[in-house]
Amino acid sequence: MSRIGVFVCHCGSNIAGTIDVEQLAQAAREFPHVVHTDDYKYICSDTGQQSIKDAIAEHKLDRIVIASCSPRMHELTFRKMLESTDVNPYMLEVANIREQCSWVHKDKDVGTKKAIDLVKMAAAKVDHDAPLFTTAIPINKRALVIGGGIAGMQAALDIADAGYPVTLVEKEPSLGGKMVMLDKTFPTLDCSACICTPKMADVGSHPLITIKTLSEVEQITGYVGNFEVTIREKAKYVDYDSCTGCGLCETKCPSKVTSEFNQGLGLRKAIYTPFAQAVPNKPTIDAAHCRKLLEGKCGVCEKVCAVNAIRFDDVDTTSTETYGAIILAFGYQLINWQELYGEYGGGLYQDVIHGLQFERLLNASGPTEGHIQRPSDGAEPKTLAIIKCVGSRDPHKGRSYCSRACCMYAAKHAHQYLDKVDGAKCFIFYMDVRCAGKGYDEFYMNTQHDGATYLRGRVSKIYEENGKLVCLGEDTLSGSQVRVDADMVVLETAMVPADDANRIGSMLGVTRDKDLWLSEAHPKLRPVETNSGGIYLAGTCQGPKDIPDTVAQASAAAMKVAILFNKDELESNAMIAQSNSSLCNSCGACEAICPYQAITLEEITRRENSVMVTRKVSKVNPSLCQGCGACTVACRPGAMDLKGFSDEQIMREVDALCQW
Amino acid sequence: MLDLSSISDENYERIATITSEAAVDLHDCYQCGKCSAGCPMAHEMDLLPRQVLRALQLGQYEQVLNAKTPWICATCMVCSARCPQEINIHGLMLAVRHAAKQQGLRPVAEPDIFDDIFISNVRLFGKSNETILAGRYNLASRHLMQDMSNVPRMAARKMVGPKVHTVKNRKAVRELVDRVLKRGEEQ
Repeated sequence: MSRIGVFVCHCGSNIAGTIDVEQLAQAAREFPHVVHTDDYKYICSDTGQQSIKDAIAEHKLDRIVIASCSPRMHELTFRKMLESTDVNPYMLEVANIREQCSWVHKDKDVGTKKAIDLVKMAAAKVDHDAPLFTTAIPINKRALVIGGGIAGMQAALDIADAGYPVTLVEKEPSLGGKMVMLDKTFPTLDCSACICTPKMADVGSHPLITIKTLSEVEQITGYVGNFEVTIREKAKYVDYDSCTGCGLCETKCPSKVTSEFNQGLGLRKAIYTPFAQAVPNKPTIDAAHCRKLLEGKCGVCEKVCAVNAIRFDDVDTTSTETYGAIILAFGYQLINWQELYGEYGGGLYQDVIHGLQFERLLNASGPTEGHIQRPSDGAEPKTLAIIKCVGSRDPHKGRSYCSRACCMYAAKHAHQYLDKVDGAKCFIFYMDVRCAGKGYDEFYMNTQHDGATYLRGRVSKIYEENGKLVCLGEDTLSGSQVRVDADMVVLETAMVPADDANRIGSMLGVTRDKDLWLSEAHPKLRPVETNSGGIYLAGTCQGPKDIPDTVAQASAAAMKVAILFNKDELESNAMIAQSNSSLCNSCGACEAICPYQAITLEEITRRENSVMVTRKVSKVNPSLCQGCGACTVACRPGAMDLKGFSDEQIMREVDALCQW
Repeated sequence: MLDLSSISDENYERIATITSEAAVDLHDCYQCGKCSAGCPMAHEMDLLPRQVLRALQLGQYEQVLNAKTPWICATCMVCSARCPQEINIHGLMLAVRHAAKQQGLRPVAEPDIFDDIFISNVRLFGKSNETILAGRYNLASRHLMQDMSNVPRMAARKMVGPKVHTVKNRKAVRELVDRVLKRGEEQ
C-alpha cells in the first residue's frame, strides 16, 4: 500500500490568489492512499523543501505530489530534493496548478475545482509510479566539426583551446568557407581575408585539430558521447606529406577551368589551390578536368614537381572514428536566382550578378584585381543598380524569411562602389532597411551620404536597351514609377540551406524547419543545442545570420561541447521508452517514427507456445532515447511504453478524473 | 515614369544651391514623415514636406520649384523642431521660395505679395501699419473684401483707423531695410 503526500504551494498570491489552497489540501486528503497533505507559501524555497523532507520522514511517505507551477519550472528542483531522502526521485508528480490553472482563471471557485481535478489526476498517477534509475554513459572526448567556414573554424579552435581534440571536416579543398570570399566586412570594413586567414592558419597549426579537406561525412551512428562517424576523404592526387606547396604545377597546368572560388568570374587550373592563402596551402587535382586523368595524356604537373608529390593513382579513402560530440557548421548557399527570376533575365544578361560575385570583383586578389569591371566587356560601370530581397521575403518565388545580412552588405557594396568609381551613380532598390546591429544603422546612413540613392520598391523587370540594363521599379516614397538605366546590376540574393542540410540533418535526426534550416532545441533558451543530445549548431546552417552572430554562436556551441567533455560520464535519461518483446509484433512502426534513431529491430530466438521461434523485436537504445513518446503512440500491439508516463498511468489519470 | 538615369547634373547643382542656402544635407532625410505629420498647413499643400525632400533627393528640381508647398509653409518651424535628423526643413522651404522667385515662379501669389507689401510698409513708415498693410494687400491680391467684416469691431477697439503710425527715425529704418535688401540681391 503506497503512502502519498500532497503538498500545495501558494506561490505567493500567484496560486493562492485564484485558488483556495486550504480547500485544495483538504480535498486531497480524501484521495486514495493519501496519508498527508500540507500547504506552504513557497515550496521551492529552502524551508519549503525542508518541510517536505520532514513530512516524508514523519509520515513515512513513499511518493509525493506537489501542486505548484509547471514541471518545466521546478520538477528538477524537487527531484534533486528527493535525492537526499529515501524516496526515489521519480516517485514524484507535479500538478501544474499555476500556468494552466490559477493564471488563466479569474473565478476562485472554478479555479479551485479545476485544481482539485488536476491534483486528483496526479495522485492517481503517482500511485503507479515506479522507481527509475539512470545509467552512466561514457564520453569519448573528441569533437567532430562539420564545415570549415568561420563558424566551424571558431568552434574547432575554441574546443581545441579547451584541451580537447577536434576533427574538422570540410568538403572544399580549403578552409575558409564563404567569409574568405568576401572583400570587406561590415560595418568596420575590415578586410575579410585579413581577419579570416589568420584563423585558418591557427586552425591549420593547432596541435589538437585534425583537418580533413575535400572530405564528406558519409555515415553517423551512435549517440551522445559515442558517435561512430564515417568520413570519406576524396582523392587529392597530391601527396600532402611531400608537397611543399611551391605552386609550380599550377603555373604549368594547361587546363583552364571556371573558378568556383571566384564565383565563376575567373579561371583556375585543373591542378589548383583555390586561393593564395588557402589552408592547407597545397594543390589538388580536379579529376573532372585533368587531361591526364581523363585522357591519359599530359602529366605536366608530375614532370615539373620537384618532390614527386603527384599521385595519379590516388583514390578516395574512408575512415571510421568515434566522437563524443558533433558541431554542425556547414553554412548556407545562395538561392539559385536564375531559375526563379525570369523577370531579371534569369541569367541571360552577363552583367546581372549576385552579391558574392560582386565581392570577388571588389577584391584585390579577385579576377579583376579589385577593379570594378563588368563581366560582359570589362568596362567600368558608371551606374550601378543594387536590388535587395532577391529570393528573400518573397513567398511566391523565393523564401518568406529575411536573410538578415543583405541590407548591410548592400550598403557596403554601394559604399565600396562609390568609393572606387569616380562620378558613379548607385541606386539601391529595397523594401525595408533592416540594419539592427552595433554600428549598422550608422553605416547605412553613411552610405546615403556617400551618394547612394535608396529607392523603396522592388524591381519588376530588368531588360536590355541600347547597351543598358533598364530596371523598372517604383519609388513608393514619392509614389512614382522609376526607371534606372544601369551598366551593371547586383542582386542581393537570399541565403538558403546548404545541400548538406537535408542529408546530414536526417542522418542525425536533427529536425529542420519549414525552410529546411536545422532547428535549435529552443529558440530562446537553447539556441545552439539540437533536440538530439551531443549535437550542436553553429552559424548559418541554423538560419541566416551575419559574421558576428555566427562567431558568437560557434563559441557558444564550443562551450557546450567543453561542458559535456568536462564530465567523465553522462547520466542517461531515466524516462525512456521500453519495449515488451512478448507483445511486439515486429511491425517496425516504432523504428520508423523514432526521430532519434534510438530503436532497432533485433532478432531474438525464444520459446513461444512450446515452439522455438526466431523473429525480430524492437529494442530501445537507452542512450539515444530522449523520451519523446512517439513510439508508444505508433505501437499498435501496445508493446512500447514510456517509463514514468506508462499507458497504465495515463489510464489511471483518466479514471480518476471521470470516476473519483 | 521617372527616369532616374537621365536627370541632368545641372538639376543636382541647382538643388545643391538651394540646400546649401538652407544648410541642409538631403541625405540626412530618411523619410520618416514626422515633419508632415505635425505640419499645421499640410491640408493646403500639394506636396507634403516629406515629399518635397524626397523630390529633391531624386533630383526633381522643376517639380519642387513649381510646388505650392514652400509658399503655403507658415515657417512655424514645428517640422524643424521635431525632425529626428535635425534637418532645417522650414529653412529649406524658404530657400526653395528664393530659388523660385529668381526664376520668376510664384505658384501661390499671396504670400509673396504680402511679403513685398510688408517690407515696403516697414521701409516707408518705419513699422508695419495694419490699416495700410491690409488695404494694400487686399488691392494687390484682389481679395478686396477679405476680412472687411472685421473692420467695425477692430475700429471700435482702435485697432484700425485713419491715423498713420510711424516711428521717430524713419530714415534709419529705411536705410536698414535697404541695406538688407541689397545684401539679399548680392547673394
